Amino acid sequence: MSEQEIMISMKDVNKWYGDFHVLKDINLTIKKGEKVVICGPSGSGKSTTIRCLNHLEKFQQGQIHINGTELIDDVKIVRHIRSQVGMVFQHFNLFPHLSVLENLVLAPTWVHKVPRKEAIKNAMYYLERVKIADQANKYPNQLSGGQQQRVAIARCLCINPEIMLFDEPTSALDPEMVSEVLDVMVELADEGITMICVTHEMGFAKKVADRVIFMDAGQIIEENDPHSFFDNPQSDRLKLFLEQILSH
Amino acid sequence: MPVYTMKETKPAPSTSKGVVFWLRENLFPDIKNSLLTLTGFYFLYLAIPPLLTWMIFDATWSGTQEEIVNEGARWIFIIEKFDQFIYGFYPESLHWRPNLVLLITVLFLGSFKFVGNIKVKIVAILTYPFICFVLISGGWFGLETVGTEKWGGLMLTLVVAAVGIIASFPIGIVLALGRQSDMPIVKTLCIGFIEFIRGVPLITILFMASVVLPLFFSDGIDFDKLLRALIGITLFQAAYIAEVVRGGLQAIPKGQYEAAKSLGLGYWQGMIFIILPQALKISIPNLVGSFISLFKDTTLVLIIGLFDILAMVTLTNSDTLWLGYEIEGYVFVTFIYWVICFSMSQYSKSIERKFNTEH
Repeated sequence: MSEQEIMISMKDVNKWYGDFHVLKDINLTIKKGEKVVICGPSGSGKSTTIRCLNHLEKFQQGQIHINGTELIDDVKIVRHIRSQVGMVFQHFNLFPHLSVLENLVLAPTWVHKVPRKEAIKNAMYYLERVKIADQANKYPNQLSGGQQQRVAIARCLCINPEIMLFDEPTSALDPEMVSEVLDVMVELADEGITMICVTHEMGFAKKVADRVIFMDAGQIIEENDPHSFFDNPQSDRLKLFLEQILSH
Repeated sequence: MPVYTMKETKPAPSTSKGVVFWLRENLFPDIKNSLLTLTGFYFLYLAIPPLLTWMIFDATWSGTQEEIVNEGARWIFIIEKFDQFIYGFYPESLHWRPNLVLLITVLFLGSFKFVGNIKVKIVAILTYPFICFVLISGGWFGLETVGTEKWGGLMLTLVVAAVGIIASFPIGIVLALGRQSDMPIVKTLCIGFIEFIRGVPLITILFMASVVLPLFFSDGIDFDKLLRALIGITLFQAAYIAEVVRGGLQAIPKGQYEAAKSLGLGYWQGMIFIILPQALKISIPNLVGSFISLFKDTTLVLIIGLFDILAMVTLTNSDTLWLGYEIEGYVFVTFIYWVICFSMSQYSKSIERKFNTEH
């Protein structure tokens, strides 16, 4: 592990909502360029874990380092870290009052001070890559779910992130549109960006993940390479989980 | 196994279209509704013809008081006193100045929808109040100064309403954001201000502004009466705007805040580019409702001795040469208020349509 740069490290991270202990001693190290898939039953803390990484959620104990910077509750540090971490949400969260192009141009021009012309050029490049450049001047609500999620991915890419976080990116989509989003994500993975993806798309996990992590009740129960993870699960909890999601 | 083919689309049956169909469907669908329709028409028959006779057919539009022979409305009163209703005691030779302000305002509102460039808009918004103030008040660029004691009539009503609306809007937004702030002191101050103002009638605030406010300043300073009223009205309106905007802010899904944050936008950037444009858009109907009610409330300034259009009508009614013209005067004022309020609500609808992105 030491020869490769460490991108994310979580050390003994604990989080409570009031009295409810959501994250219990999370320890996780992710190298530059690594692709990690997190799965687990709902309420297991997998979304909370990745939301801690860009400070959408605060944690009470432990340490998180992102690309060498310790994540602390400080406006400047948080903004510095967020400018390196892109996040794709379950419900896309595009800005409905702005056109697709403006959705992509906003953050680069105001956060990264990129000249508008250049920002538009970049935006069109990324829209091209997610195969949706012809919709640049439409508004998000005029697009299908799959198209919106691809725009959301392009919006993240526009800030040139080191790390991409995906929070159940396909679970709000109609079945017909899942594959167009997964295709884009697979392409991204092939290009070597560091990726953490909370998802139940096991086919995707098998195809791109370097490591799959199983969480339950706020803990990491098991982690392994996808081959061993699916074919040779160690814990009873994971065996049961895999049985349930693969049986139908 | 059956194989399905795509069916052709067919036009809707013709029995569901046309005037007769509309009448039957909407006015006479069954006996109960037909009776209601007929009763409605009967009341209209009772009310409309006499009203039209009084207002138009039997009305007197020109000539002198002695020549009046008709029973209807004597609009010559309005025509005679028109300048006073509109300009109050503003010097007649300078009426072109408020007129020019009105023209600028109409152009400003009319063109605003069509100007895309945000910088032009901001410059226009910032210079507009200054230009209007200089034109009406004078004292700059060689314009003769006209003291606020001479302002009156519809002009004063519009000035009070416009200042109240324009000044209270940003203050209200800041108060609404403050009310949602994480900082306890800011939050408490904003809630305290909003709840205090909303718990007090506008009349009380106007009295306070005209009587209590001067106590805070040293004796030498003569604080303009109109300015005091404007401060009172602005603060009053700001509290209401704050609550309307808060309603809009709460309607914005949490995901929008999170998306703004996750892209690295700071608090103010997120608010200005993402949250407020959406929150204000949702709030337009309520904001305009609040502005319309402010416009009507401006008439309360008469109790602290300012002569708005309603006060001017009351005043001209006590002119011994023109006694007994109250009805014409008040009908005229009603008409003016209605035209302006109705225009405001129509303007708001057109803005709503422009901002609608869910085609």
